[in-house]
Amino acid sequence: MNVIKTLMKCIREYKLQTILSPLFIALEVLIEVMIPFVTAQLIDCIEAQSEISVIAKYGGVLVLLAVLSLTCGALSGHFCAVASSGFAKNLRHDLFYKVQSYSFSNIDKFSTSSLVTRLTTDVTNVQNSFMMIIRTAIRSPMMLAFSVIMTMRISKKLTLIFLTAVPFLIIGVTFMLKKVLPLFRSIFKKYDALNNSVQENISGIRAVKSFVREDYEKQKFAKASDDVCDNFTKAEKLMALASPLVQMAIYVVMLLICYIGAKLIITSNNTELTVGGLSSVMTYGMQVLMSLMMFTMIFVMITMSMASANRIVEVLNEESSIQNPENPVMQVKDGSVKFDNVSFSYSSKAERKTLENISLEIKSGETVGIIGATGSSKTSLIQLISRLYDVNEGSVSVGGIDVRKYDVKILRDAVSVVLQKNILFSGTVSENLCWGNKDATDEEIRRACVLAQADEFVSAMPDGYNTMIERGGTNVSGGQKQRLCIARALLKKPKILILDDSTSAVDTKTDALIRKAFRDEIPDTTKIIIAQRISSVQDADKIIVLDNGTINGFGTHDELIQTNEIYREVFETQTKAGDFDD
Amino acid sequence: MTKPNKKQPPMPHGKRPKPKKGTLKRILKMLFAEYKVMLIIAIICVLFSTLASTSASLFLNQIVARIEEGLKIGWNNGASQSIVSLIAIMCGIYVLGIIASFTQARIMAVVTQGFLNSTRKKMFSKMQNLPIKYFDTHPHGDTMSYYTNDIDTLRQLVSQAVPSLIMSALTITVLVAYMFYLSIWMTLVVFGAVVIMMFVVKHVGGNSSKYFLRQQKAIGETEGFIEEMMSGQKVVQVFNHEEECCKDFDEINNRLFSEASKAHSFANILMPIMGNIGNILYVFIAFIGGVLILTPGVTNVSLSGQALGLAVVIPFINMTRQFTNNITQISQHFNHIIMALAGAERIFELMDEEPEVDEGYVTLVNAREVNGEIVECKERTGMWAWKHPHEDGTTTYTKLMGDVRMENMDFGYTPEKLVLHDVTLYAEPGQKVAFVGATGAGKTTVTNLINRFYDVADGKIRYDGININKIKKDDLRHSLGIVLQETNLFTGTVMENIRYGKLDATDEECIAAAKLANAHDFITRLPEGYDTMLTSNGSNLSQGQRQLLSIARCAVADPPVMILDEATSSIDTRTEVIVSKGMDALMKGRTVFVIAHRLSTIQNSDVIMVLENGRIIERGNHDKLIEEQGKYYQLYTGNFAK
Repeated sequence: MNVIKTLMKCIREYKLQTILSPLFIALEVLIEVMIPFVTAQLIDCIEAQSEISVIAKYGGVLVLLAVLSLTCGALSGHFCAVASSGFAKNLRHDLFYKVQSYSFSNIDKFSTSSLVTRLTTDVTNVQNSFMMIIRTAIRSPMMLAFSVIMTMRISKKLTLIFLTAVPFLIIGVTFMLKKVLPLFRSIFKKYDALNNSVQENISGIRAVKSFVREDYEKQKFAKASDDVCDNFTKAEKLMALASPLVQMAIYVVMLLICYIGAKLIITSNNTELTVGGLSSVMTYGMQVLMSLMMFTMIFVMITMSMASANRIVEVLNEESSIQNPENPVMQVKDGSVKFDNVSFSYSSKAERKTLENISLEIKSGETVGIIGATGSSKTSLIQLISRLYDVNEGSVSVGGIDVRKYDVKILRDAVSVVLQKNILFSGTVSENLCWGNKDATDEEIRRACVLAQADEFVSAMPDGYNTMIERGGTNVSGGQKQRLCIARALLKKPKILILDDSTSAVDTKTDALIRKAFRDEIPDTTKIIIAQRISSVQDADKIIVLDNGTINGFGTHDELIQTNEIYREVFETQTKAGDFDD
Repeated sequence: MTKPNKKQPPMPHGKRPKPKKGTLKRILKMLFAEYKVMLIIAIICVLFSTLASTSASLFLNQIVARIEEGLKIGWNNGASQSIVSLIAIMCGIYVLGIIASFTQARIMAVVTQGFLNSTRKKMFSKMQNLPIKYFDTHPHGDTMSYYTNDIDTLRQLVSQAVPSLIMSALTITVLVAYMFYLSIWMTLVVFGAVVIMMFVVKHVGGNSSKYFLRQQKAIGETEGFIEEMMSGQKVVQVFNHEEECCKDFDEINNRLFSEASKAHSFANILMPIMGNIGNILYVFIAFIGGVLILTPGVTNVSLSGQALGLAVVIPFINMTRQFTNNITQISQHFNHIIMALAGAERIFELMDEEPEVDEGYVTLVNAREVNGEIVECKERTGMWAWKHPHEDGTTTYTKLMGDVRMENMDFGYTPEKLVLHDVTLYAEPGQKVAFVGATGAGKTTVTNLINRFYDVADGKIRYDGININKIKKDDLRHSLGIVLQETNLFTGTVMENIRYGKLDATDEECIAAAKLANAHDFITRLPEGYDTMLTSNGSNLSQGQRQLLSIARCAVADPPVMILDEATSSIDTRTEVIVSKGMDALMKGRTVFVIAHRLSTIQNSDVIMVLENGRIIERGNHDKLIEEQGKYYQLYTGNFAK
């Protein structure tokens, strides 16, 4: 039950409400149980045609009880709402904070959509169960116990009749657990598939429309939808057995009570049982049965939400694979980078290492280009510098110190990476840029944009730097997005700036302007540039040629043209027209 | 008309969102149109099970009477028979009730799921027919939630709220009738209590649904935020932005908490209030009953004409309880109904969107040349023709060549702001036409117009001499192959993804296309080769590999005209050379439009168009443009200091 223990920790400041709610429910139940008891007396009074004042006395007591019950009920309802919503809030909070502490390899493990589901749907499921538990876990057993006791006070014989309902319930629960539950599990999976197909369709609508695959997509969707429908119908049809089963139990018990009760009243001539007593037993009987049903329902619900609970705990228990060292180094001296016999792979099971025996040295302030074919591990190489992943063998040093010895935050502030798959967030242009430095002044922002060649188009936007960027940055073009991302990275004033194919959608001229700005304006910053275009790297101090995770060449443009076959080939493919004048 | 990507507010802010009138009517209409017979049977079943459950109080009435009678005559002198026979009758009624409720539950399972299924399919079909503009102007998350949250609210409405409402309404009617039968005075007292209960529902329930709707909105916001941050998680880390993110999240999370706790508070409070009003009413009725019995001279006014006695008061008291229980039941569904109506309204909004109109009548057919004449035929010949029916009843056939002409084209995503000005260009069959220019110059827009994702504002586009507005959109798009920079792969195997281009392609054709796109090599190195499953847009592949696959997908479709929009931007240049050799072979004699930044991708084009601010400022082949030393020369040599 570790799962429940972990989840319980999230109750925190709502402990009081979590306890108060069942407490008031217990009070409410106490009163509720008393009500039929007093009612029976009242009815007996009416039956015995007692004085009005006696009837009024019982009536007064009943009204008082109802008011008390209302108060307790309302209070418990309120506390329960606060406790469960608060619990859900804390769960989401913990999940979100946990994910923030994840390293890249942790993130790789969970897909984005699965994280989103865990933070939303799964939390809601657990929240609902939590609410159910607070509200009924106390209520049903108490109700059951009291009702049984009260019935026993009226007539022990009749109490035994309740036992006849038990087999129905056992049948019901086993049936639900055996048949319906697995069906529901598979339905959830089918639902995921259905949602996934809609998601894909929406984001790929251009592909759908340009291949004229609307009908094909409709068929595909109809199949997924029918699948959900069929399974759901099957499950609900099975569930349809539940309510007749409940009714059957109630009816059987009721009729038996009536028969045996009537016999008892008549044969004992109103001594062992009265008419009023019989009607109370009926009321209690209903309550006993209802609480038994509720109990079974909760049982099923909890079992169902266990899947969600497990998924949540999985995220909470995942330990970040990158931890701060003890006594971390809090300052990065300069922008020099050294790889010492580094090997790396994303998974320990991988057959081939992603990077193998990489050794190289980059001096502070140098510009280094990286060239290599698709899949040659360029991105993997640079991700090691800011410790987005940890090396398997060897070491990576920045400023002469192993990256694992730095405070992660300090290191990443000093090493600014513009990722290949880059993202802008909803908010204004300025807000997005301030990610680099939240205290940046307007001039600083503007200067970063000038360097990244973004100032011109930003200024031309209707609201300039206050223009809203849509979620995912869909209202700027690919090239504009890349330049904004570069500006954002520049605002950090890093010691090392890494561009991972960050100018692929930028035209050659602008690309050259950006590099020129780097050269002139931030000469002390080490610049590492991954690119497809030779022109983007050829004026670099050094160029690394990567091939299948190993260094194939390392030198200046001129040296590599002479000595490196791959580099020469790449160069030729890009200039074979011959009249490419630089 | 809004600018693309401008979010439209999904719901008016601030004011309490109130469902439109007629929404419920429309749902019920749809429901009944589809499942008339089943619903009628279900209602009859509800009727029976309601009768069975309400007859319980009648039964109690009778049994009390018979017990009293039995007390006089004794158990063995006929009391046992009279009670057993009554119980036997009840047994019969209960069995009927159980069968009815079982049948009803099964029918409702079929109806609910069937209705949801058909609604989902209708929504999806509708969505497929919406213009690209819709997708460009609506956040994808919003559209997604139609299929998740909104449909789910409908499920609760149809499967739970509707049947139990019918049942409660029926029960109440039966109860009221019987209460009148027993005693009119006491019934009026009950009505007084109903007025109070209504008042409570209106206030407490109204508040609850207000907060539930707000909670739905807050959930939407939270989901949106989580989705954005989770997908940008790596960027967050690179910028050490975790703390700020958490702070923002806390704010949104707290807002959700406050709405949710209010909504649930009100909902939770409703139940004890209603239940205890029921209790008080119960006492009140019992008291009045007792007083009435004890007060001599009060005549009972009732339909039955029965005198006020225990046989009237006791069942009446019990019915009061049932009556209030039913009202409480109805009030419990109040929130479901309000939320379902809000959800349904959004669904209807989607269903009522204007679909993509297609007035085209020229179709694409397989053709064969017989004696110099083009004749339509059924089988695939590799030759295609435009079938052009004329007003006078004649039909002409034009061979599909891939000749595209744009004349004086103007276009803007909004009427106020033109993106393209007076663009004219000719692409002859077999030519490779390239568009270059700074980002935002309007290159992609041109391709959006050729396949009619958007329609030109002014000017004409002719395809093999036919105005493309006359061509059926499906046929037009069949004749164009498009590879976009943003690759969109679908969940399925590699093979299935390639086959997306041509559904009846054989495995060999797909493999040939993959070889052509130079994707064969890496595919065979995948763990299960062509049977490797791709998920979430091929996240297990690199960007370059994804592009190679989408080129293969387009190649297998074998279109006469091809548009490559930055299709090779993430592929290294050495691989690109191999790809483009394959492509050149494939596209021999066909028209290709290329958009690219990389010189090597476009320099062997027949015509290069340089776009700037939506205007073509230079045109010609590579050599000519280099010679001119204009914009093109600047862009592609980086020699801007001229």
